[in-house]
Amino acid sequence: MKKEDKILSIILIAGLFVFIAVADKFFNLYVQRVLNLCAIYTILALSMNLINGFTGLFSLGHAGFMAIGAYMVGIFTVPVEIRPMVYFMKPMHPAIADIEMPFIVALILGGLLSAFIAFLIGAPVLRLRDDYLAIATLGFSEIIRIVITNAQSITNGSLGIKNIPPVANIWWIYITMIISIAFIVLLINSSYGRAFKAIREDEIAAEAMGINLFKHKMMSFMIGAFFAGIGGGLYAALLGTVDPKNFLFVLTYNFLLIIVLGGMGSVSGTIISAYVVTAGQEWLRFLDEPLSIGGIAIPLFRPGFRMVIFSLLLMIIVLFYRDGLMGTREINWEMIKNFGKRFKLRRVKSGEVQ
Amino acid sequence: MVSDIFINALFIPATADAVSSSSLWQYFANGVSLGSLYALIAIGYTMVYGILRLINFAHGDIFMMAAYFAFFGIAVFHLPWPISFILVIVATALLGITLERVAYRPLRDAPKNSILISAIGASFFLENLATYLFSGKPKAFPEIAFFADTVVIGGVSIQIVTFFIPVVTLIFLAVLLYIVNKTKVGMAMRAVSRDYETAMVMGVDINRVITFTFAIGSALAAVGAIMWGTRYPQVQPMMGVMPGLKCFIAAVVGGIGNIPGAVLGGFILGFGEIMLIALLPSLTGYRDAFAFILLILILLFRPTGILGEKIAEKV
Repeated sequence: MKKEDKILSIILIAGLFVFIAVADKFFNLYVQRVLNLCAIYTILALSMNLINGFTGLFSLGHAGFMAIGAYMVGIFTVPVEIRPMVYFMKPMHPAIADIEMPFIVALILGGLLSAFIAFLIGAPVLRLRDDYLAIATLGFSEIIRIVITNAQSITNGSLGIKNIPPVANIWWIYITMIISIAFIVLLINSSYGRAFKAIREDEIAAEAMGINLFKHKMMSFMIGAFFAGIGGGLYAALLGTVDPKNFLFVLTYNFLLIIVLGGMGSVSGTIISAYVVTAGQEWLRFLDEPLSIGGIAIPLFRPGFRMVIFSLLLMIIVLFYRDGLMGTREINWEMIKNFGKRFKLRRVKSGEVQ
Repeated sequence: MVSDIFINALFIPATADAVSSSSLWQYFANGVSLGSLYALIAIGYTMVYGILRLINFAHGDIFMMAAYFAFFGIAVFHLPWPISFILVIVATALLGITLERVAYRPLRDAPKNSILISAIGASFFLENLATYLFSGKPKAFPEIAFFADTVVIGGVSIQIVTFFIPVVTLIFLAVLLYIVNKTKVGMAMRAVSRDYETAMVMGVDINRVITFTFAIGSALAAVGAIMWGTRYPQVQPMMGVMPGLKCFIAAVVGGIGNIPGAVLGGFILGFGEIMLIALLPSLTGYRDAFAFILLILILLFRPTGILGEKIAEKV
């Protein structure tokens, strides 16, 4: 990275901090909530892109890893005195009933537990090829959910955990997002990252070059799961409630839509598309409401229409724009500087034609 | 929203504190009929995989759409059940063919991950479309007097449909094996599944074979859906997800690409699931996990499945 680019990056991050400060003070709660959700989805989609896009492992287990992080925060940050109210059906298991943790500790432990579960799952599953891997990880994500639903004395079962202290404000979420993005960018530009991409391009060739396939796949899978757990923890602390039904595999399809739209193997594409998709899903909620123009009800608009459009979007992208927005390219400073020049050049050229 | 309803739909009314001989009988009948249903759906997975090397993620959702078609035929349009069954089977086969045309054919030469994403997209789309068109609320599948009658055997009352399901499955299996092994289309199917490119060079019309495969697979899913509806009378947009995943597992257990293998796998899975509940009632909540654990074990110890042939990976 050139010195000039480094300065530009620092300015960008400083600008982001100013934006967060402004958002924290002046934006209304709804806009803040959407911005927070976008940032959390960025963390989740980026960690899924690390596994699927950069390492080429078609994993569909993200909702499960997210659930682990979310429940860790849910179980251990609810104050001890209100726990009997939350666990009203079946009291909490005595071994954990008195353990309360600060949010940051629960968040990191959630990420670590998620990575550990990924380690256990990965040992058998990462030997499988693409479509078998997809089914097996999807299955494990459902098993995690089934276990959570049944372990009532720990997770409160299908009732979910309510009254989680909503500590995750915009500062928490955006700083975590910046750290996650920075970590993943540094990782994929390191020698490990190059090994991931080599595995994605051709496993057999990568192995012949001396890359330990299993070790690198496991590493990518565990790091992806760690950040999924972190994203899940933030999600729990943002919503203030977790429920096993929040973590259905359909959620993983949502992340898949984000990374396919952004480009499998592009960090900047994932970030843009996480914001576009999440904010889009939020602001297109009117599609689910009945709409009438000039007194005539439009029959198209009713509950479910929004998701029909988004699932159609996934199909259209994969059928016609397979690379998504960015493919495997990245937006960097070089490109932005060139963009201005190219724009100027094009104007000159079209002037000549006329 | 999703699998809780599904679990309720599958809830078996016998109290499982003591496994007496009569309730064991009931579990046995349930296991056989659930296994047959799984077998019918698993055939669709195994046939498509045999030819295209692709998990048809949307197969479970085709099954769900077929259940809705049957619901509309009988409960909304009041057609007599034999006519609506035929219409349902034809409509579902057409849906399967359309799915292949729209979602899979344009990507025939694309990287494998793109096809997989397209398949997931198709499944996601069908689920959302069903939620949009028919609302997420479960609908009661109409009762057909002929199937819903119960008979009492050894002190246990069992629905007639429970006996019908295995018989129908075996009849369809026999017809299918005849088509695959004795007819010209079947020969073409076997050729394409053995070697795609050589079959093409030999003048096999690949697109026709694939269309035919999707039509048969979807038609069998429709038969499965009709019987599923009479057995577990509840129709909702996510009903195809769990059976779909489990039937894919059944196909893998039996040996993917192998039709008798899919039937065997379906029986093992259905029977194993019911017996797990019968013998270890405390694990009832984990019944959906059973299939996935079986999948992992099979893939680790016998990746080609019980009846599958060994294939070496080519560079």
